[in-house]
Amino acid sequence: MAKSWEEINARIASGDAVVLTAEEFGALAADEGVSAAAKRVDVVTTATFGPMCSSGVVLNFGHSDPPIRMTEITLNDVPASGGLAAVDTYLGVTEASTVRGIEYGGAHVIEDLLRGRAVRLKASGPGTDCYPRTEIDTWVTLDDLNQAYFFNPRNAYQNYAVAVNTTDRVLHTYLGTLLPRLGNATYCSAGALSPLLNDPTYRTIGIGSRIFVAGAPGYVAWEGTQHNPHTDRDAHGVPVRPAGTIAVIADLKQASPEYFSAATFTGYGVSSFVGIGVPIPVLDEEIAATLALTDADLTATIYDYGVQRRSRPSLGTVSYAELRSGCIEVEGKRVPTGPISSLPKARAIAAELKRWVAEAGFTLSAPAQLFPQVGSQTTKPLEIRTGEAI
Amino acid sequence: MARKRLDLTFPPRQSLKPVIYHLVKDYDLVPNILRAQIHPAQEGRMVLEVTGPKEAFQAGVAFLEEQGLTVSEAASDIVLDDERCVDCGLCTAVCKPDALTLDPDTQKLRFDKDKCVYCEACVIACPRRAISLTF
Repeated sequence: MAKSWEEINARIASGDAVVLTAEEFGALAADEGVSAAAKRVDVVTTATFGPMCSSGVVLNFGHSDPPIRMTEITLNDVPASGGLAAVDTYLGVTEASTVRGIEYGGAHVIEDLLRGRAVRLKASGPGTDCYPRTEIDTWVTLDDLNQAYFFNPRNAYQNYAVAVNTTDRVLHTYLGTLLPRLGNATYCSAGALSPLLNDPTYRTIGIGSRIFVAGAPGYVAWEGTQHNPHTDRDAHGVPVRPAGTIAVIADLKQASPEYFSAATFTGYGVSSFVGIGVPIPVLDEEIAATLALTDADLTATIYDYGVQRRSRPSLGTVSYAELRSGCIEVEGKRVPTGPISSLPKARAIAAELKRWVAEAGFTLSAPAQLFPQVGSQTTKPLEIRTGEAI
Repeated sequence: MARKRLDLTFPPRQSLKPVIYHLVKDYDLVPNILRAQIHPAQEGRMVLEVTGPKEAFQAGVAFLEEQGLTVSEAASDIVLDDERCVDCGLCTAVCKPDALTLDPDTQKLRFDKDKCVYCEACVIACPRRAISLTF
């Protein structure tokens, strides 16, 4: 029954494509079988809306008169990179305000820009023959900028840890507040809706894939940082630990504050919720079989964040259906759970992307190049060495 | 039986009487201290949930006022800003009395104010800073 990318795109272009969200596809496959669902459906939309620290924007401010080569830059008192050309910068979401600390950071500046608010730009530079100005203090809006686009080095982690704390003190982590003595467990994945859990071997998601980024049409630009296809996998071939990641690019001017939200994790720092949606073509029954997996089939590994080391001990695995029930069992103890990735938002993104593909002619692009697969590079740790040892 | 939340203001120099003890012993009231900020020689505040017979409740309030405290029905409240909330659900992981829960079907956040004990764990846990306590 194999379908080609071209056939599917022709159906999208003519408005005849059958498109379902991953949750809807799972339900259909449960009712009618994977084979029948695969025949009937052309595209399945996947989505996630969770905190993704490795995100940020490339901005070009245009030139003032006389011009300046900006080397020290702040936006609403949040430092941005001065290491690019004269009026280019990169603002990372985790950068904290020099005045308000982690209560306002790069993510908040980006959300303010998306909401149409003016942002105060202050910059200084060395003053050169071609860029004589040494200081500037002005206000900019998103409309004023020449280019403004997301370049997020690591988004949409393929699975993530379930965090618990076996110590006697409260821990403040990027997975939220962890209560002592297994007082709670937090987890961060859209489960059955999650993009990379639906394409576990990166067959359709690769460099050049057209996707939804924070409300804007965008692309997978590269493998994400720390992309690691080698983690443990279940019987379906789906990773049970954090594995693949994607780097994405998209126009900030077409994005929406509905799908990008600044975040502050007390005791940790600034981050941002980023909405990512990926349409997956139902090319054959093999892809359909993974698309049909539900929260009951997908598992995550529980880690003790009380161990402050690179490798934390695993305390077993648990299914997303159990996590969603609000309570899991860890070491014989009933532990209440809380998510960090918003399922209502992920559902809204999957539904919006379904409209794009089914009604607005949003065609799919096959990867121009595949991601590193199992058997390729492994993720290396950072060793601490002295100059003498080199 | 009456059950009310009271906002008490303690003057900087209050009587040395242990007022909460007297509410229990002399007026048969059941106080539940939700929040308190009391320091020596400074004005202090306390939010108290009080349960007891109506008459005893009125007499208890009169007693507190005799001690120099200002008593008002608590205006303090946990406020959830729906515009900022993204339904991530992280607050539900720290809410011990289950006042904050996710709807099993929609997974959207629900807040049952009657179960809230004003511990404020959610206020600092919320990454959107969408939950605040007015005090």
